[in-house]
Amino acid sequence: MRLIQKLGEWLDLRLQLGAPIRETAEHPVPRETASWFYVFGSAALTCFMLQIVTGILLALIYVPSAGEAWNSLQTLNHGVSLGWFIRALHGWGSNFMVAIVLIHMVQVFLFGAYKFPRELTWIVGVLLLLVTLGMAFTGQVLRFDQDAYWGLGIGASIASRVPVIGPWAVNLMLGGPIIAGATLSRFFALHVFVIPGLLIAFVGLHLLMVLKLGINEWPMPGRIVRRATYMQEYQELTHKQGVPFVPNAVWKDILFSGFILLSIAVCAVHFGPFGPGGQPDPTIIQTAPRPDFFFLWLYALLSFLPPSAETPILLIGPAIGILVLLALPFVAGEGEKSWKRRPIAVLTILLIAVALGTLTHLAEHTPWSPVMDAWSSQPIPAEYLLGRTAVERHGALVFQAKQCHNCHSLHDKGGQRGPALDRVALSLTEDQLIRQVIQGGGNMPAYGKNLSPAEATALVAFLKTLHPANQRPAGNASQAMALGASEVPPR
Amino acid sequence: MTAENGISRRAALVKLGVFLNGIVGVALAVPIVRYLLSPVIRGKKIGYESWLSLGRLEQFPSGQTRLATYKNPVVNAWDGETGNIACWVRNLDDQKFQVFAINCAHLGCPVRWFAQSNLFMCPCHGGAYYQDGSRASGPPERGLFEYHYKIEGGQLLIKAGEMPTPGQPVASKAGGKPTCA
Repeated sequence: MRLIQKLGEWLDLRLQLGAPIRETAEHPVPRETASWFYVFGSAALTCFMLQIVTGILLALIYVPSAGEAWNSLQTLNHGVSLGWFIRALHGWGSNFMVAIVLIHMVQVFLFGAYKFPRELTWIVGVLLLLVTLGMAFTGQVLRFDQDAYWGLGIGASIASRVPVIGPWAVNLMLGGPIIAGATLSRFFALHVFVIPGLLIAFVGLHLLMVLKLGINEWPMPGRIVRRATYMQEYQELTHKQGVPFVPNAVWKDILFSGFILLSIAVCAVHFGPFGPGGQPDPTIIQTAPRPDFFFLWLYALLSFLPPSAETPILLIGPAIGILVLLALPFVAGEGEKSWKRRPIAVLTILLIAVALGTLTHLAEHTPWSPVMDAWSSQPIPAEYLLGRTAVERHGALVFQAKQCHNCHSLHDKGGQRGPALDRVALSLTEDQLIRQVIQGGGNMPAYGKNLSPAEATALVAFLKTLHPANQRPAGNASQAMALGASEVPPR
Repeated sequence: MTAENGISRRAALVKLGVFLNGIVGVALAVPIVRYLLSPVIRGKKIGYESWLSLGRLEQFPSGQTRLATYKNPVVNAWDGETGNIACWVRNLDDQKFQVFAINCAHLGCPVRWFAQSNLFMCPCHGGAYYQDGSRASGPPERGLFEYHYKIEGGQLLIKAGEMPTPGQPVASKAGGKPTCA
């Protein structure tokens, strides 16, 4: 014991760090901020430290070469003892980090912490969000599988749409004319050197400002932030009724960080590492690339935007979003902090959460994509064939053979890109069915050139049977009238 | 030498030092920027885009659309499988061909050919194209990208070397009919 104390004194005489560390640890914070709502920032930092450690461990094995990366990931998963666990920790750590950074941001926004004098802390926080997302995207590329390969293709396609410099931007991003070794190498440099460097610098700045300016006080309805008086009020809050950060507040941070680390480890053990998926061989085209969880909403958005609006929204949208976030503390730098008096702030968060949640949910089911194998793997429900005529059954065959099932579902099986056809005969008459099949339209290809007259007739005959037994199919009343009683639509 | 003189002399030396470092900085920045921009500058080198064989004509039966692969003209040893690129070859009548890029004109995902319905479909956002590459439905703004081709000594050759993107659509740059629907 005495020896340790001696050693400590010897070190402190030379480092002179003991006093400033003690002062920092025991700095007073407003009493109410020793709260479970204030633990997310430190938890995000804990995740980042886990990412650094596991990232370095992975770099011991990983080969950042387009020819070898996938094999080295397989070695990590299967050839190195507990390599799979380190990969799983890094992958789940990444997901937790993005989630906690987002939660931290929401909490900070709702508590009005971005207001005077913490504008710059917020701005650096926005930059931290961007670099965190940058880490998530570049990390997904380093998991060099099919999804990574085609994800890069999507990135390049988006970059190419930038006016004037688009083609250069693609070459710069890919490091050459195609996705290849140079592409992986530069994403490796970004993921391992450039962005982590920025992250460490921004985290340092962020923490420094939190310490210098003090943690945001618990917002009280009616306690208005004014530039002239705020510093004075905060001083009183911390020094008159404040408590030392260590130990009064820090135990919650430590407990929560421990809980998060445990959750990451449990997820890693239970769910295992992410991929890698199929080999990054561009000649294997039987693939449906998908981005990682936190980019799914973007994936969904890209399939719903009208083609003409896509490029401007894709290029201008993110810029506007970032500008709004950066401008926020300057537009609303004073005033109410409490969410109880800021209904628009609360509604904004709800709206964004619902929008992102809905888009993510949609992207998990991809209703806009044809189900590529439905035509050969999903049979026509038996009751749609029972008691049908030969022509109608031939039509069902055409329905399968011409891949209609890839986009149209029957009994909820098959694609959802087009409308479900279980009741199509109720809404379209025979003539309308023929026109729709032959000419297409409404986002459906025209099949006129691809169907023989006999096939088209059979297909429409089959479609005409798709209605509930107790409901009459759609008919053209005037046509029936004009042609006489003999042409009454069939039951 | 007075104190004032000393200070101003040292201040001048500091300025000189800063100036010297500025010059060196700029001198170093030029090659660094050039190095970073090498993928863009290098673009015009010979061999970047070249005529490549997709194989003998017999591999592509008349009236059918078949998958073909080729090796990108510029590859490094460590590119692995990423140097192999796929494309769709449509033989119209043994004289006329169409060679489509594998990349969807929307965001570059690999399109698949369905011979039964004569459609190309994209698995990502649901783009669909007719057999001649023109847009059928979905988010793409245009038809599939087409490579230039020529027939030499019984081989089908295409001019390739760059991944087609909406901003730089390979062969439809020059000649060929517009493929927009």
